[in-house]
Amino acid sequence: MQFGIFTVGDVTTDPTNGRTPTEHERIKSMVAIALKAEEIGLDVFATGEHHNPPFVPSSPTTMLGYIAARTERLILSTSTTLITTNDPVKIAEDFAMLQHLADGRVDLMLGRGNTGPVYPWFGQDIRMGIPLAIENYALLHELWRKDVVDWEGRFRTPLQGFTSTPRPLDGVPPFVWHGSIRSPEIAEQAAYYGDGFFANHIFWPKEHFMRLIDLYRQRYEHHGHGSAQQAIVGLGGQVFLRRNSQDAVREFRPYFDNAPVYGHGPSLEEFTEQTPLTVGSPQEVIDKTLTFREHFGDYQRQLFLVDHAGLPLKTVLEQLDLLGEEVLPTLRREFAARRAAGVPDAPTHASLLARSTDTEQVPTGGTR
Amino acid sequence: MKPLTLAVVSAGLTEPSSTRMLADRLAGAVTGALADDRQVEVTVVELRELAVDIANNLVTGFPGPRLGAALEAVTSADGLIAVTPIFTASYSGLFKSFFDVLDNKALAGKPVAIAATGGTARHSLALEHALRPMFAYLRAVVVPTAVFAAPEDWASQDADSLAARIDRAAGELAQLLTGHTAAAEESDVVVPFEEQLAAVRRGG
Repeated sequence: MQFGIFTVGDVTTDPTNGRTPTEHERIKSMVAIALKAEEIGLDVFATGEHHNPPFVPSSPTTMLGYIAARTERLILSTSTTLITTNDPVKIAEDFAMLQHLADGRVDLMLGRGNTGPVYPWFGQDIRMGIPLAIENYALLHELWRKDVVDWEGRFRTPLQGFTSTPRPLDGVPPFVWHGSIRSPEIAEQAAYYGDGFFANHIFWPKEHFMRLIDLYRQRYEHHGHGSAQQAIVGLGGQVFLRRNSQDAVREFRPYFDNAPVYGHGPSLEEFTEQTPLTVGSPQEVIDKTLTFREHFGDYQRQLFLVDHAGLPLKTVLEQLDLLGEEVLPTLRREFAARRAAGVPDAPTHASLLARSTDTEQVPTGGTR
Repeated sequence: MKPLTLAVVSAGLTEPSSTRMLADRLAGAVTGALADDRQVEVTVVELRELAVDIANNLVTGFPGPRLGAALEAVTSADGLIAVTPIFTASYSGLFKSFFDVLDNKALAGKPVAIAATGGTARHSLALEHALRPMFAYLRAVVVPTAVFAAPEDWASQDADSLAARIDRAAGELAQLLTGHTAAAEESDVVVPFEEQLAAVRRGG
């Protein structure tokens, strides 16, 4: 099982001292957090993509390329890459390039994005969100698997004799996760291709996401990629921890109360009871995270949100130290002990390469 | 036969409130109209008690457990009675917010009776101009009679008194709930001349 962190990349005023980091500071903090993730033994760092303030990560592969150069093991991913408003050709090119630079330590999570004006800014129509996600991914999928593509669709200039370069590393396209908060169409899309499905699983009660993941698992089996319990599932989660539970609650409360998205609403106590958020001791984080498996079945990737709502870098790095020292070893051990036989790991470049060599389906161009 | 379920949403703010009183009168009249036919289980949703949960749902995008139960009661009911005070020429903000957080397909095809209270009868058409279009958007089946209760209505003895309008709206809702024609079609009710004469003398 993979553990990692995902970041929204928000620039938010620290409510305890009124200080707002500059964009430069926030970008450098995100990099420092990614490097720390590798240092403490996490497997994955994923960044969001946004095209409006107060968010900084508009250019994920630039940032991930920089992090790739400074890390050895960490898998670089996104949360999410906008499949609706990005040109699928550019996604194919950018992530293939990143794959080569990072020696295969790359996958990506596709999403539609939830900021209305981004669609018109990029020449699209939000009412076409689902059709855009479906058509654009169909093209992206083909660009990574066929050397020469002739293509015509509804949303993009047709392509005649187009080759997306560089070709994917070793002829193996990056593994793709599809993230969705509420759309059964996207669960079906992930199942159809045998791709991963990621439920953001923060902010809302688990029951909501259980329906979507159940649907994805059933359809994964229906489309013949394996049994429902072998489907590739990822979950988000949100934690704030200190050695003593009371310290965690006291320190996090002002950030919670003023947080973008859910601040100025329910109390911290109500929210932790009703959603996957855990604010407490390492043991409480372990206990709550282990319950995810009971609700969603065995899954392959757990990403935590740890760096939003104006938390200073120093605090975030302390969070990661605690996560690495006191939470991660137990979670790895306990999840492994509980996992049913026959449940696969999340695909990596190495495993996908081995699989493609086994079945002798190395696409042409695979040696480039 | 399984009892019919009737949800009653009341957005009154005081306790007790005339809005709740009107809601209870309507629910009682529906139960009465169906007494020979079907049992009715009534669930009352007092929005005042859910005000903070509704605001939290607007902020977080999901209902807490108590509000979730109220939304489920409305969604699963066979029929709905919705009553609001009229504030600033329309339904109250709390009333609207409840229906904002309800799934927009929850009321599709559902029989609904609408009613309102207000400080003067001059607000009565807010029912037709605000509530009816909102429920039309939600694709509810709203009964023809909307009941407005102004302060003086609680003492009125007109032929078209509050009680008569409540009975008419309740009869219409009962009819939709059972699919039957109303048991007693309203015919012209003859008010004995002595009573009419007495009413004129009382100045009523």
